[in-house]
Amino acid sequence: MTKLIDAPARPGRPAGPGRGGPAGGTGPGGGGTRRNVGSGIRNLMTSPKYGPVMVTAVLFVAVFVIGGVRYRGFFSGQVFLNLLVDNSYLIVLAVGMTFVILTGGIDLSVGAVVALSGMIAASLLQTGWSPGAVIPLILVLTSVLGLLVGLMIHVFKVQPFIATLAAMFLARGLCYVISQSSIAITDPTFVQLAVARIPLGGGLSITASVIIALVVVALAVWVLHATRFGRTVYAIGGGETSGLLMGLPVARTKVLVYVISGFCSGLAGVLFTFYTLSGYPLTAIGTELDAIAAVVIGGTLLTGGYGFVLGSVLGVLVLGVIQTIITFEGTLSSWWTRIFIGVLLLVFIILQKVLTARRR
Amino acid sequence: MNQAPPAPVVEMRDISISFPGVKALDGVDFRMFPGEVHSLMGENGAGKSTLIKALTGVYGIDAGTITLAGDRVSFSGPAQAQAAGISTVYQEVNLLPNLSVAENIMLGREPRRLGSIGWRAMRRRAAELLAGLNLDIDPGSLLGDHSLAVQQLVAIARAIDVQAKVLILDEPTSSLDADEVAELFRVIRSLKEQGVAILFVSHFLDQVYEICDRLTVLRNGKLVGEYLVDELLRIDLVQKMIGKELTTLDDLEQRARSVVVDDSDAAVFVNAAGLGRRGAINPADLPIAAGEVVGLAGLLGSGRTEFARLLGGIDRADAGELTIGGRPTKLRTPRQAIAHRIAFSSENRRDEGIVGDLTVRDNIVLALQADRGWFRPIPKKRQDELAQSYIQALNIRPGNPDALVRNLSGGNQQKVLLARWLAIAPRLLILDEPTRGIDIGAKAEIQKLVFNLAENGMSVLFISAELEEVLRLSHRIVVLRDRHVVADLENDGLTVDSLLALIADGSVESDEPVRDVAAAASVTAASVTGHTEDPTADHPAPTTADHTEGGRR
Repeated sequence: MTKLIDAPARPGRPAGPGRGGPAGGTGPGGGGTRRNVGSGIRNLMTSPKYGPVMVTAVLFVAVFVIGGVRYRGFFSGQVFLNLLVDNSYLIVLAVGMTFVILTGGIDLSVGAVVALSGMIAASLLQTGWSPGAVIPLILVLTSVLGLLVGLMIHVFKVQPFIATLAAMFLARGLCYVISQSSIAITDPTFVQLAVARIPLGGGLSITASVIIALVVVALAVWVLHATRFGRTVYAIGGGETSGLLMGLPVARTKVLVYVISGFCSGLAGVLFTFYTLSGYPLTAIGTELDAIAAVVIGGTLLTGGYGFVLGSVLGVLVLGVIQTIITFEGTLSSWWTRIFIGVLLLVFIILQKVLTARRR
Repeated sequence: MNQAPPAPVVEMRDISISFPGVKALDGVDFRMFPGEVHSLMGENGAGKSTLIKALTGVYGIDAGTITLAGDRVSFSGPAQAQAAGISTVYQEVNLLPNLSVAENIMLGREPRRLGSIGWRAMRRRAAELLAGLNLDIDPGSLLGDHSLAVQQLVAIARAIDVQAKVLILDEPTSSLDADEVAELFRVIRSLKEQGVAILFVSHFLDQVYEICDRLTVLRNGKLVGEYLVDELLRIDLVQKMIGKELTTLDDLEQRARSVVVDDSDAAVFVNAAGLGRRGAINPADLPIAAGEVVGLAGLLGSGRTEFARLLGGIDRADAGELTIGGRPTKLRTPRQAIAHRIAFSSENRRDEGIVGDLTVRDNIVLALQADRGWFRPIPKKRQDELAQSYIQALNIRPGNPDALVRNLSGGNQQKVLLARWLAIAPRLLILDEPTRGIDIGAKAEIQKLVFNLAENGMSVLFISAELEEVLRLSHRIVVLRDRHVVADLENDGLTVDSLLALIADGSVESDEPVRDVAAAASVTAASVTGHTEDPTADHPAPTTADHTEGGRR
């Protein structure tokens, strides 16, 4: 009836930068169901939306299986759960970072903010504050720091890289103002909160951190996929001007994204302190880069617009499982983790390029 | 229809807007009536886009008042204008390729429950709107996977969803084919009946005359006048837009016929033998003689741009041989092509052409500087001379070499691009759609320029969707279809009809190519339905905006 129906199947504009549709595939009809399934999978893998995250999922399973085949005792539920226990703070960080990177920004301050949160927690607990006051205070402070960074980026049009770099130095410097040496945490409630194991039956257990991290992940998934704010985050990554012209609250969203990242770094700082039970100004140096690596490996494009929180979680788990394998190997120094992460990142970015380029 | 409804829904009075170095609007009045389609006409740089952006809240106004439905308004952003009932579809599709079609239509006013987006309701609503436009695509699919034409229609679906009082369509038809245009017009008419005031901006006079009731003409940021379409002859309109008698095109026409290049004698400058690239263009031959203008005719996607990109070194050929000046050569990068004095000017002005944040001067010297190498900077004085001479030669407006190129209109940006390539003194200039989306005056100037260049011995490969233009300029016309070269003809007695036949001929499906041919020739529904009161309607061949019905026939 209408001629418009076949419009999408027609090849696009000749030199339009990009989409010629699935080249060649539209010509002769033909092709059975098998080909459709094949091309369906190919489309999924080369789609900028799902491709990278699918690759990460496959990679995670593959690495886990390799570990299972190579090492006795690797294939246990607790090994998997320990991935979560050891990396819960990184998961929270990666969630915040995902919001920022989805808008096409970056947040370099998160590692320093983790350290600062630990310092504030340790020093206030030492002076006798209750954890019930300290933790909310940290979350508020780091959110405010995020707000300041966001305003700096929005109002003064400062590059996110520079604005968050400034915040990073600020936070790291404040750590030393609080103390130049390590402060141990002895507050019984805090320690209890940190080390308590929640049994899952069958000899498996997790910590409170894991639950907090998973709640954060669930919330983030909901916000990003089911709220107007979340969709605006994607919209900014897809094209800030377009979003603006569509009447979306671009400015507010852009600022809020850094508030979220600030909040997540504060929370991650608390979880990290659960893990170390001390505050030390030199901790978590380079952690922001781990978070960025996890997000990228999880399939979020650094240019923004494409990516999933669950992908970032997968990214953290991939990093974690590599670390676990190196521990199981026993003979390798833990620095090998870094080397593997480096290689992996390179491979991933090239893979993303190749996959998305093939579609064009 | 002719008498004005009592109260205008939009009234803009004495609007002035300035940009650094450019006075974009100077005391312009503009009004729109409910249930009327209004057209804003003017050359590039006349201030059409600026006026639209003032109305939609993208630009603030320096002086003047805007009244919407009787109330004085001042918008501080597009969101406010939208909330007030002004909906816009911009010339460049301003949607989000990374989100679904449904989201692109509904984003900002999605149905929500307890803060959650109601995805199902949203898809249903989007599907309804798309069905209203006869567009059968999955609302859940990614927008970026669709063609530009579909994206354009999605943008319109978005605009009509908001129950707008005022709907602004800025060049909505530039990427649509004839059927799609007809669909769009159907939608416009039904909106008009619902009392929406519609602003329809287009360079296609046929379309303007078919759909519009009233038009306002701007020139150089100033108001020329407001007219009823039925009472304004096209030739008068064109003169009002250009502000001078239209003789350039007529001159050209005569010269085009008089200059005949005997290409057996002329040295073949570039010779492509079986040049091709998998998935882009099948191996084809194309000799181009010095001083020859070769037109590439074909549909969108016929391989015309792809072929040109091989010659310009943009894409690498994977078959065949290229001979430049008698020597076999392989072009791997545009840089190599430039070294051989082959310049490629892309159809994608914004992304592959101008550098918006640089000045006119910087944009003009860019290619020349790159060619000289960065260790031999062009002296400032020489840069100024170059910029000045090209600004004068090509009549670039504003004639300020320090103006930022992004503040220029499309036609003037195109001229800056031309200047950039001319500055390297090319021996083959490849122009891909140099006149798309620009007005008659600039078009005529560019066409004239192509002619003069060829007379001085430069070869030109000219690509345009408008067959009349190709016919007018080319000595030889190469016709492409489905990524094959199907004909290579001397432009001697060729007509639009014979070209159309060649483009359409021998295709498997009978229906589709005809439709697309129509698109390529920019046939509008006007020439089908006929405008008997129009002095040009008796032309047998389809007419286009650039015809400038100056009594050529």
